[in-house]
Amino acid sequence: MTPPEEMGPAVIAASVKNVPQPISGVATSGKSSELVMKIVPPVLVFILAILSWIGLHYGLSEEKAITVPLPWDVIEIGFLDTTNLQFILDGLWISAKAAIVGLAVTIVLGLAFAIAMSQAKWVENALLPYAVAMQTTPILALVPLIGVVIGFDFISRVIVVVLISVFPFINNALFGLLSAEKSQHDLLTLHDASRLTRLTKLQLPAALPAIFTGLRVAAVMAVVGAVVGDFFFTQGDSGLGQLISLDASQLQYERMYAEVILAMFLGIAAYLAVGFVERRAIGKWHSATRAGI
Amino acid sequence: MTAPTTSRVQVKTAGQGMTFDHISMHFPDGTHAVDDVSFSIGPGEFVSVVGPSGCGKSTLLKMASGLLPATGGELTVDRGHLGYVFQDATLMPWRTVQQNVELLGELEGIPKKERKAAAKQAIELVGLGGFEDKYPGSLSGGMKMRCSLARVLTLKPGTFLFDEPFGALDEISRERLNDEVLDLFDKQQFAGLFITHSIQEAVFLSTRVLVMSARPGRIIGDYPIPFDYPRNPELRFSPEFAELCGRISESLREAHA
Repeated sequence: MTPPEEMGPAVIAASVKNVPQPISGVATSGKSSELVMKIVPPVLVFILAILSWIGLHYGLSEEKAITVPLPWDVIEIGFLDTTNLQFILDGLWISAKAAIVGLAVTIVLGLAFAIAMSQAKWVENALLPYAVAMQTTPILALVPLIGVVIGFDFISRVIVVVLISVFPFINNALFGLLSAEKSQHDLLTLHDASRLTRLTKLQLPAALPAIFTGLRVAAVMAVVGAVVGDFFFTQGDSGLGQLISLDASQLQYERMYAEVILAMFLGIAAYLAVGFVERRAIGKWHSATRAGI
Repeated sequence: MTAPTTSRVQVKTAGQGMTFDHISMHFPDGTHAVDDVSFSIGPGEFVSVVGPSGCGKSTLLKMASGLLPATGGELTVDRGHLGYVFQDATLMPWRTVQQNVELLGELEGIPKKERKAAAKQAIELVGLGGFEDKYPGSLSGGMKMRCSLARVLTLKPGTFLFDEPFGALDEISRERLNDEVLDLFDKQQFAGLFITHSIQEAVFLSTRVLVMSARPGRIIGDYPIPFDYPRNPELRFSPEFAELCGRISESLREAHA
C-alpha cells in the first residue's frame, strides 16, 4: 500500500528555507518583533487615552472638572474604599445575574427558533420578518413600559436582556444550520437519514462555528441589556445601571466612573468566556477559532 | 415545450451491478439532460463514462443512486449495496478520520463494535493507518479522498458509483489513487460506474469506456478495454494504451461537435 502523499508541503517548505532572505534591518528576529508589534500599539493607545482623560480634567473649568475625576481618584474612591466597592459589587452581581440568566434563555429560545426555521422554509418565512422587526424596535425605550406591565423585578430585567440579545443569536444560528454542503446532505439522503439524524449529525455540528459567533455578539448585548435596561428601570434591585444613574445625580462621579468601568469589564469578560468555551468545543477542528482570541 | 416523458421508471433490486434501459432525464426547467441511455454493468465490470462538461454524466450517477429519479426508462439497481464516492471528499470537518469512516455504519445502524472494526480495516486498506485521530482540516486533498474511499468501503458495497472523485487532485495523487481503486477492484470484483474527464484515467481503470455526447447526453462510443488485470502503472506508457486513448479522444471530439 502506498503511503499518503504528505511529503509535498514539507519538501516545498524545505526548499523555501534555503532561499536567501532579502536584506533588511527589521526582519532579523521575526517572531519577537511580531510580538512587539502586537503589544506596543495598543499600549500606546491606552497611555494616550489616559493622558487625554487627565488632560480633559485639567482643561475643564473647576465646576465642570468634577464630572471628569482623575483616574487615581476613581481607583482610590471607587475601588479601594471597601464600603464603596461593596456597594458597586452588589450592583455588579445583580446585573451579571440578569445577563447570565437572560443569555441562557436566549440560547435555548434562539436555538429552538433557529432549528424550527431551518426545518421548513415556510416557518422561516413566517418568523424571520418579526425577528428583524424586533431587532429594529428600540427595546430600551420600552423598558419603562415593560416595568409597568410586568413589574420591576428580576424577571423583567431578564426579558429585556433576551429581547436585545436573541436576534443576533437566531440570525447566526440559522445561517449555520443552513451552511452544510449539498453533497453532505446527499450523503445522508443516500442512507435514508431521518430529520433528527440530519439535524444531530450534520446541521448542528456544521452550525457550531456560526452559533459561537452569534453567542459572542449575544453575550455582549446581554450585558448591555442588563446594565442599560437597569438604568431605565429606575426601580427594583439596583444593578449597575441604577447605580450609575444614582451616582450621577448625587455628583458621586468617582464611584460612577468605577461602575462604568466595571460594566465594560463585565462585557469583556462575557466575550472572553464565550471564546474560551468555543476553543474548547470546536477549536480542535475549526481552525479559524484557533487564530482569533 | 418539452413535457416530461410519462413512461414508468422502475427500480428493481438485483444484487450486484445495474442496468440502464432506455433511460432519459428531463429536468422540470425543460432541460433534456440524458436521452435514451442503455447499458448494464455486472460484477467484475468497471465502466467509465467520459464526455464534455454538462453532458449529463453525473446525472447518470444521481439517477442510479436515487438522488434524482429518472423521468423515463427502466433502471435496475440494488440500492442496498451501493457505494457512492462523491466529487469532493464530503467529510465532516468536526469528525476525526476514524469517526468519519464510521459515519455510514452509524447511519445504517451497525453495532458499534462491528463498525469500529470495519473502519479500522478500511483505514488500513487505503493507507491512512496512524491518521485515525486527525481531523480532515489537517489532511491533504489526496488523504481526504482516501478517507472518503475508506468510508464507503466499510459497508462492503457490491456496486460502486464514482463521481469524478479525483478530478481536483494533482497528477501524482490521482495516479496513486487510481492504483488503489484498481487494487480494490481486482480484489473485490465489484461493479463500478466511474465518471471522469480524463480519458487516460478511464482507460487505465476500466473494462469498458462509454463516450457521451453533448446535451442531451447519448452514448456515442463504446470501447471495450482489452488489458488484463492486475494492471501495472507502466501500462500508461505502452503504445497500445496511447492508441486506445487516441481513438477515444477522437470520438470525444466528435461529441463536442
